[in-house]
Amino acid sequence: MMSGEEILTVKGLKKHFKTTRGIVKAVDDVSFCVMKNETFGLVGESGSGKSTVGHVIMGIYGPTAGSITFMGKDISMGVGKRPKELKKQLQIVFQDPASSLNPRRTIGQILELPFRVHHLAPDGNYAEKVFEMMDLIELPREFVVRYAGEQGGGEKQAVAIGRALATGPRFIVLDEPTSALDVSIQAKIINMLMRFQKDFDLSYLFITHNLSLMRNVAQRVGIMYLGKIVELAGTPEFFSNPLHPYTKMLLSAVPVITPEEEALKPEKITSTGEIAGALNVPPGCSFHPRCPFVMDICRDIVPIMIEYKNGHHVACHLYPSAGKNM
Amino acid sequence: MAEQLLEVKDLQVNFKVYEGLLRVLKGVFLNVGAKEKVGIIGESGCGKTTTMKAIMRILAANAIVAGGTIAYRGSDVLQLGMQDLMRLRRTSMSMIFQDPTAALNPVFKVGEQLEDIVRYSEFTSDAPTKQEVRAKAVELLKSAALPEPERILDSYPFQLSGGMRQRVCIAMSLASAKDLLIADEPGTSLDVTIEDQIMRELKQIVEERGLSVILISHSIGAVKGFVTKLYVMYAGTMVEEAPTGELFSNPVHPYTQNLLKAVPKLTGGGVPEGIAGRIPSYITIADGCRFASRCRSAKERCRTDGPPAFDIGNGHRVACFHYGDI
Amino acid sequence: MSRRGPDYGKSWHKFSKNYLSQVGLGVVALVAFVAIFAPYIAPYPSHAGFFVDYPEAHESPNWVHIFGTDQFGRDVLSRIMFGFRYSLMMAVVVLSLVVPLGVVLGLVAGYYRGGKVEMIIMRGADIFLAVPPLVLALSICSVLTPSVFNAMMAVSLMWWPWYTRLVYSISSSLRNEPFVQAAEIAGASPFHIIFREILPNCLGPILTKVTLDAGWVILIGASLSFVGLGAQPPIPDLGTMVSDGANFLPEQWWVSLFPALTIVLIILGFNLLGDGVRDLFAAETV
Repeated sequence: MMSGEEILTVKGLKKHFKTTRGIVKAVDDVSFCVMKNETFGLVGESGSGKSTVGHVIMGIYGPTAGSITFMGKDISMGVGKRPKELKKQLQIVFQDPASSLNPRRTIGQILELPFRVHHLAPDGNYAEKVFEMMDLIELPREFVVRYAGEQGGGEKQAVAIGRALATGPRFIVLDEPTSALDVSIQAKIINMLMRFQKDFDLSYLFITHNLSLMRNVAQRVGIMYLGKIVELAGTPEFFSNPLHPYTKMLLSAVPVITPEEEALKPEKITSTGEIAGALNVPPGCSFHPRCPFVMDICRDIVPIMIEYKNGHHVACHLYPSAGKNM
Repeated sequence: MAEQLLEVKDLQVNFKVYEGLLRVLKGVFLNVGAKEKVGIIGESGCGKTTTMKAIMRILAANAIVAGGTIAYRGSDVLQLGMQDLMRLRRTSMSMIFQDPTAALNPVFKVGEQLEDIVRYSEFTSDAPTKQEVRAKAVELLKSAALPEPERILDSYPFQLSGGMRQRVCIAMSLASAKDLLIADEPGTSLDVTIEDQIMRELKQIVEERGLSVILISHSIGAVKGFVTKLYVMYAGTMVEEAPTGELFSNPVHPYTQNLLKAVPKLTGGGVPEGIAGRIPSYITIADGCRFASRCRSAKERCRTDGPPAFDIGNGHRVACFHYGDI
Repeated sequence: MSRRGPDYGKSWHKFSKNYLSQVGLGVVALVAFVAIFAPYIAPYPSHAGFFVDYPEAHESPNWVHIFGTDQFGRDVLSRIMFGFRYSLMMAVVVLSLVVPLGVVLGLVAGYYRGGKVEMIIMRGADIFLAVPPLVLALSICSVLTPSVFNAMMAVSLMWWPWYTRLVYSISSSLRNEPFVQAAEIAGASPFHIIFREILPNCLGPILTKVTLDAGWVILIGASLSFVGLGAQPPIPDLGTMVSDGANFLPEQWWVSLFPALTIVLIILGFNLLGDGVRDLFAAETV
């Protein structure tokens, strides 16, 4: 692993949901770690389980198996059972700002809640704390009496970020924080997040399906498919030397606008067929029905994650052991 | 030059709301030739969908078309009587919407919905038999790259995946689009690999049938590979028009330049800066260039007069006083 | 944190989109006014209680007695005015009991969805709902001594599950919304989440239902009195008046007809008002 301290470690994490139509293996044996002050990116399409990983880390669901360690302490319990201290340290920004902010509460009320719950104003002056936060997230102070639901996407997401920062956390899960925003507002919000990371010593788990964005925010990237991480590498390596066929497929499908980016993309791999649902995960390597390089072994044996190069991990039968050039 | 299929000139649309008058569209222009593929990019709320709804005359009840003309094949759509308008919608132009789940009625089978449309558009005069209608529906599904069309006709929308639903919507629009297809953000609610697939299929279908297309998107990369001419919209006005390659290699309007810069690049380069300021409110919007309040090179003239579109050669037009004067 | 005052102009605009809502508001306001000031504005306030004046009995409507007199010579109009008091009291008392109880139970059941608490509350509500409302009220009233008070208790007992059901459906669907999860992650207590996060989102449907229910509660109360299980004579309850006057139909039609018409008027008023309240909370479309 990289030098530096691990702040969050996930080992063998599994989250299975029992539904009337069968067991949905949303997260199926996922392991990774996030370093202090790092942005770790988790990429994947719908059904990959990336959001569920974030939810389990936050305690919205309890894990079916595996462990989650935060700053050395085990945190695999639901949010209701977590000590208050822990709740302050871990926060999340949800994807859809419209549903993550109560439409019947004002911006001031939403921002005040975390301060109040954790008694973070020594003199009882919560208003001052709220105003300071408004300044930090660059919202005019008069907005404090407005309803969050009436603002634009960018303002809403700024409020969601402010709410997450209020308790002074060390680690924030960013679940597609800008997917619902326009490109120019996305830029503003991402810049804000990067600034806060530096100023407040934060570590991020950045979940998104937008690979171009990921390229510019994360130091390490893991890509998920149907509940498993299939490749994990440092960002430059991940984008210039993708190994797994799914990574290549995803990268070749990214819509880009400059010729340099076009040149960087791997050769076009057309995906055949639909993404299988997490209900009937194919046997063996779950990607094999769509893989253009499928071999017989792929249909039966689940590939294990190996370290192909320094820091570059992949789970694919095309790479059965570490590469020659380590 | 071939005769223009669709010519929108100086379109002005307002909406009456409690707070006053929303002056949304101002001076909007758009030209689509036969078999031409045209794209409109711009951020949420800039009026792209409103323009399309004006063309198909499906604006909300509180909309007022305050000026301008929409010439479709020579005749002004805005002046058409109901009969002529319905014929136009059934046999000539059609629209694909952003969210295929919302566009399909969940309590009817796909076959019932598709056959309804087929009956109205393909067989306008004679009464077809059930088999004829069904055969036509199957043919449409096949041309939208759907496997097992018979099974899909007998399914409900919730039984299909997102990609398949969107293909069904495409098939439905092909029934009535003989000349013009309007696609409003067709890939937004889909995964990247599926969106890539659908857009390629759509391109093939469109070229096979010789359709004209207006493609709307806020994903600039998705539009680039599809259309030959691009329009950029901002706050209800058209700010730039150019052939695709020309727009990307030589964007001249300050908003276009900022917009293209704000897109994160797959090759890296850090997180781009956003655009300072906010989209103006349509109620209090000032006269003059609507981008003036956020433009770094705004002159006095820009704040008082609305710039018309100036021709700068190569089929490139821009609505900015830095490129012309009246 | 202070809140900018609600935009009353806009609320009125939303409310009065349909002018009938204003009619409803007017009717309800009129009924309330009459009920409150009945002793001062009724032409013959003493006729509301025990009063007999046989020479004046069964007078058809005329300028002295605008709605005529009943079999005891009592002025029908005055008795109707006092009758409004009992009707409104029925609505106010029943709803004041039923709404807080039903709403709180619904909120709690929705929040603790999937557990024993939900099962106990909702199955309890189901039991009360399984009995036809009037039958339940009748049985209770016939077991206890008929009186206005007992009628109100009987109606309350069968009315609360409707609010529980209404609020439960909203509460249980909001339970898993990200904004509730965000509040939990911030560390908010269940009390805060139930009453400060979820309840405000239920207010629209609750208030609409309360307004519409007022009319129906009054009708049920009048029905109970009509069969003799509610207000007892000489209390001028509208339902009792209709039933008493029924003996004298069709010659002395005014004794039954006017109370019956006012019942219709009251319910219509609340229904129209309820439509307006519902429009007030309807989502806006640009």
